[in-house]
Amino acid sequence: MTRYIIRRLLVSIPVVFAIVLFTFAVVHALPGGPFSNVGEKAMPEQMRVIMERRFGLDQPLYIQFWNYLKMLAHGDLGPMMRMRSQTVNDIVSQTWPVSIQLGSLAVFLAFVIGVPAGIFAALRRNSWVDYTATFVAVLGVSINNIVLGPLLILIFGVWLKILPIAFWGAEPPWILGFLPKPTWQFWTHAVLPVFTLGTAMSASIARLTRASLLEVLMSDYIRTARAKGLKERTVIIRHALKNSLIPVATILGPLLAGVLTGTFVVEQIFALNGMGRQFLMSIEQREYFLLSSLTLIFSVMLVLGNLFVDIIYAWLDPRIRYD
Amino acid sequence: MSSENGSKKDVLLEVKGLKMYFPITKGIIIQRKIADIKAVDGVSFSIKHGETLGLVGESGCGKSTTGRAILQLYRPTAGSVLFEGVELTEMKGETLRRQRREMQMIFQDPYASLNPRLTVGNIVGEPLEVHNLAKGKERQERVQELLKLVGLNPYFVNRYPHEFSGGQRQRIGIARSLAVNPKFIVADEPISALDVSIQAQIVNLLEDLQSSLGLTYLFIAHDLSMVRHISDRIAVMYLGKLVELTDHIALYEEPLHPYTQALLSAVPIPDPYIEEKRQRIVLEGDVPSPTNPPSGCNFRTRCPRAMDICAEKDPEWKNMGTPENEHWVACHLY
Repeated sequence: MTRYIIRRLLVSIPVVFAIVLFTFAVVHALPGGPFSNVGEKAMPEQMRVIMERRFGLDQPLYIQFWNYLKMLAHGDLGPMMRMRSQTVNDIVSQTWPVSIQLGSLAVFLAFVIGVPAGIFAALRRNSWVDYTATFVAVLGVSINNIVLGPLLILIFGVWLKILPIAFWGAEPPWILGFLPKPTWQFWTHAVLPVFTLGTAMSASIARLTRASLLEVLMSDYIRTARAKGLKERTVIIRHALKNSLIPVATILGPLLAGVLTGTFVVEQIFALNGMGRQFLMSIEQREYFLLSSLTLIFSVMLVLGNLFVDIIYAWLDPRIRYD
Repeated sequence: MSSENGSKKDVLLEVKGLKMYFPITKGIIIQRKIADIKAVDGVSFSIKHGETLGLVGESGCGKSTTGRAILQLYRPTAGSVLFEGVELTEMKGETLRRQRREMQMIFQDPYASLNPRLTVGNIVGEPLEVHNLAKGKERQERVQELLKLVGLNPYFVNRYPHEFSGGQRQRIGIARSLAVNPKFIVADEPISALDVSIQAQIVNLLEDLQSSLGLTYLFIAHDLSMVRHISDRIAVMYLGKLVELTDHIALYEEPLHPYTQALLSAVPIPDPYIEEKRQRIVLEGDVPSPTNPPSGCNFRTRCPRAMDICAEKDPEWKNMGTPENEHWVACHLY
């Protein structure tokens, strides 16, 4: 297994490299640059040339890329070109933890709600429990975050006035670099965004769990388990559930990568200083280094997420062996 | 029934008027039953201690359903199943669960019927634990003993089903069903998924186990020569009903029911001179739908000797043999 993990990580280096190279090239190909304007006005030509030379933008692209790689090798994600008081490392270390906290809570919520809901729906197939769960799940998948977020703010923040409507309840410095101080303030602020982000995920997890558990329950070895004289609970938990969680594990990888690196919509609605917003900002402002670095982080997370899924597979299904 | 003459003590299992209907429903929110699939429609027979009863018939005639309904893997629609005089159809929950110690099933498909996630040791050993028969080291030893019994290497305990061939998997299934020391085993086409060379091995294994452990079998199959080899008595089934039931010699030497005759005429004879003269009775048409079976005798739509009365009256189930050598048949010809 260790050998497999190492091999997989080595194989993914070229993938990550290709993604970063492609992003780097495309970003630079965009018309305009970080210094084409100051506020509303265009930046004077001479100033622009000076600024560009300062960040090496006047050099050929392959040299720029080479310099960027050298920076990365030193653990430096690059400078910020417009907000020069900070570096990309500063931005990432401030905003990524917010996204990680929000994302992991949302994924946790999605599983805690989604898996049991799917199981209940499958076990009570074609009963009102199933229909209700399926209805709520379809609703959950269909209602966009853009609708659900403001709706929750309206209900719980404006009408009932029981939950804060904006900002994250914790700030840097983070514990261990990414964990919040678990204060009351943190939890109350987390409720609405986590719920908004988790709902759609839990709905798709519930639907997936239901479908795959139904399929497993039809299989011959479940009949064997019943014929052994096992308790129905044992049949479900020991024989059916683990086999049915393989498809659920499959979506976990991309889900984790997507959610842990920031979600623009939810961060925007709740005015959270997360990494998702930085993504969009970096495109708008042509912050070449920030955008390339964020893409790098995202692709590394995707690789790790999928590796994580493969490890879960091996645990769920003994037929999968990686050596 | 056959139990009426033989002393009642000999009878291990008695099935009376067993019916298993599966509803066909229609409607999205409110489900209405519009019809029934009559998979098993009034089947009666009994099995004596230590006997093997073969159950044959073509695909879809309700053989497997009968086996599963006897073991209460399906809850029968009607009829009674007496196991050592105890009614199984009324058993529920915990009582039924405990009853499963006495009766086990060998499943048809050795590929699908073993949980891919469990090791052989767990597949075979799990019943020991749930029925409080053995735990820990004792369980381990018993599992190895069982594997040896079915001719597998006892060191296989920590392997997973996918590491085995079809025949080996079927042996695992047999070891599993034997784990709880059952009295009665329903073998649901245990050899049909295996290739011919392995079939004989498995059948011989089942026979050896029967004589050493005193097992009683209901052997479901569609391979007539194999059934003849292993069974003491054979029941022939057609479209949810029994058409003929007698000992294995009488059935092959003087089959009474036209359906049995047709089935037997389809078996090739391994002697070219006799084989040349073999008269095949070819049945016309398809098996009618079990949702809407023909009136009167089920078989009349395909019977070469059908008469007017066949459409009107359901043929009676009568003994055409002697009280010692019973030969039950359901046909208006007799």
